[in-house]
Amino acid sequence: MSFNQNSPTTVSAGAMMTFNINKIRADFPILQTEVNGHPLVYLDNAASTQKPQVVIDSITKYYTEQNSNIHRGVHHLSELATKLYENARKTIAKFISADPKEIIYTRGATESINLVVSTYGRKFIGEGDEIIITEMEHHSNIVPWQMLCEEKGAKLRILRMNDNGEISIDNFKEMLNEKTKFVSIVHISNSLGTINPVKEMIDLTHEAGAVFLLDGAQSIQHVAVDVKALDCDFFVVSGHKLYGPTGIGFLYGKKEFLEAMPPYQGGGDMILSVNFEKTVFNEVPYKFEAGTPNIAGAVGLAEAIKYIDGIGIDKIAAYETELLDYATAVVADIPELRIIGTAANKTSVLSFVLSNVHPHDIGTFLNADGVAIRTGHHCTEPVMHKFKIPATSRASISFYNTKEEIDVFVASVKKVIKMFS
Amino acid sequence: MKNELNDLYQEVILDHNKNPRNFGDMHDANHSAAGHNPLCGDHIDVDLKVKDGIIEDVKFHGAGCAISKASASIMTTTLIGQSVEEAKEMFKQFVDIVTTDPEEEIDTLNLGKLAVFCGVREFPARVKCASLAWHTMKNALDDESGASTE
Repeated sequence: MSFNQNSPTTVSAGAMMTFNINKIRADFPILQTEVNGHPLVYLDNAASTQKPQVVIDSITKYYTEQNSNIHRGVHHLSELATKLYENARKTIAKFISADPKEIIYTRGATESINLVVSTYGRKFIGEGDEIIITEMEHHSNIVPWQMLCEEKGAKLRILRMNDNGEISIDNFKEMLNEKTKFVSIVHISNSLGTINPVKEMIDLTHEAGAVFLLDGAQSIQHVAVDVKALDCDFFVVSGHKLYGPTGIGFLYGKKEFLEAMPPYQGGGDMILSVNFEKTVFNEVPYKFEAGTPNIAGAVGLAEAIKYIDGIGIDKIAAYETELLDYATAVVADIPELRIIGTAANKTSVLSFVLSNVHPHDIGTFLNADGVAIRTGHHCTEPVMHKFKIPATSRASISFYNTKEEIDVFVASVKKVIKMFS
Repeated sequence: MKNELNDLYQEVILDHNKNPRNFGDMHDANHSAAGHNPLCGDHIDVDLKVKDGIIEDVKFHGAGCAISKASASIMTTTLIGQSVEEAKEMFKQFVDIVTTDPEEEIDTLNLGKLAVFCGVREFPARVKCASLAWHTMKNALDDESGASTE
């Protein structure tokens, strides 16, 4: 890794030692694009992250040289594709300290939650049972549980948050009781950036005899996750938010749970033998992977994880925290701007409203300056209700962003305020 | 982009956003509907007072972006005094304005105040903002007329 002392890009002395931002930015071809005559400033990373060249290349290589269907084929390409697919599973497992047999490929975090709800939920949750989620969940961790509760007569209980966007452990303790069967909580809020105290919540959940699902859609790319140390029962991830391709993600589940759960979908690959009298399901994880999977997606996701691992998630976390602290300090000087989500422990997300401009107008004006942010309810409508706002503007940070980009974003926001004053 | 942005946010739109006309409740409305854009959380209520097929008064309230607010405001000023048929015709005309391919010419001669919305078609993500009030108004008129024919 070369180190350019004359780099125009400001990186703090601490992060400088190991973090070559110019080299990192060069790894992501899309960051070189211009939007509306301005260099792209991509601050919509909570919605989807950009892909490094190595990920793009791995997918091209797969379809150019390695493509075939997996499992059971005896020819060269089938064996190669199977090996790549299963090696990718090992890479994913190692990244979160799991066993490869505990990793089930899905389309993403949404499908992973739906898998747990329709297999574990349908089998083990019944009338009068209670499921706890928080007020800051993404719709994908609300709606599947509502559907299950409707079907089974179970009760969905909501852990509220304070005005900073934080939940309280004491309130959580009060909600737990002998009826609690399942707790499904977001690790890091996509609309507020709050990092929830999940280790403590997992332990409390287990003491109450319930099962815990951790939604890692916004956490695995920002903080180190060790599912064994956390002791969560399930963990869900979307690949495209982790610098991998869309349409691939995974579910981690403790082996004893996966074995007790019925299959998710029926079809090829999830069976050991099929007879019209009786079908024998395959062992985990294959029991949950019916049909030809997204093989290229798995290959691309593993490549993304190797890339992240190569930089080091702790270094990424430190740099992103520094960027968020910088952005938070800079916008503090704008009287018209109010930050939504001011948790003491937060990362990567700067959600805000302006007193005189609607988020939609902000988004359109920022786009004219090449700045990509997200405006809307971010699939967390209850969060908007809590703060009594229709929507927020959200700048979400990745390790390939710079302080200069934050400055461009803030200058653009100031321009909008002036325009509408 | 600068010019297109200026076309979208013309002075008249910024003015209607800041000082919306006919904004508020109507207690003697005989046609009402609520409109909602689930993508951005915008919501709007449109109330109309129709007598003998003529729109005597229109009011709106709700929360939305500058484009949706200005569109609602300008709509109310355009509709007062028009017949229900004329209002429905204007609805079609408005939807045409904001959805016509940007490559195509629009004849602005007969558009009157609505001509300021010609710039919206350059911003596909904002078409729904501009047309929310008009769809809500159309629903208000249709629901009532539908109910009255039964």
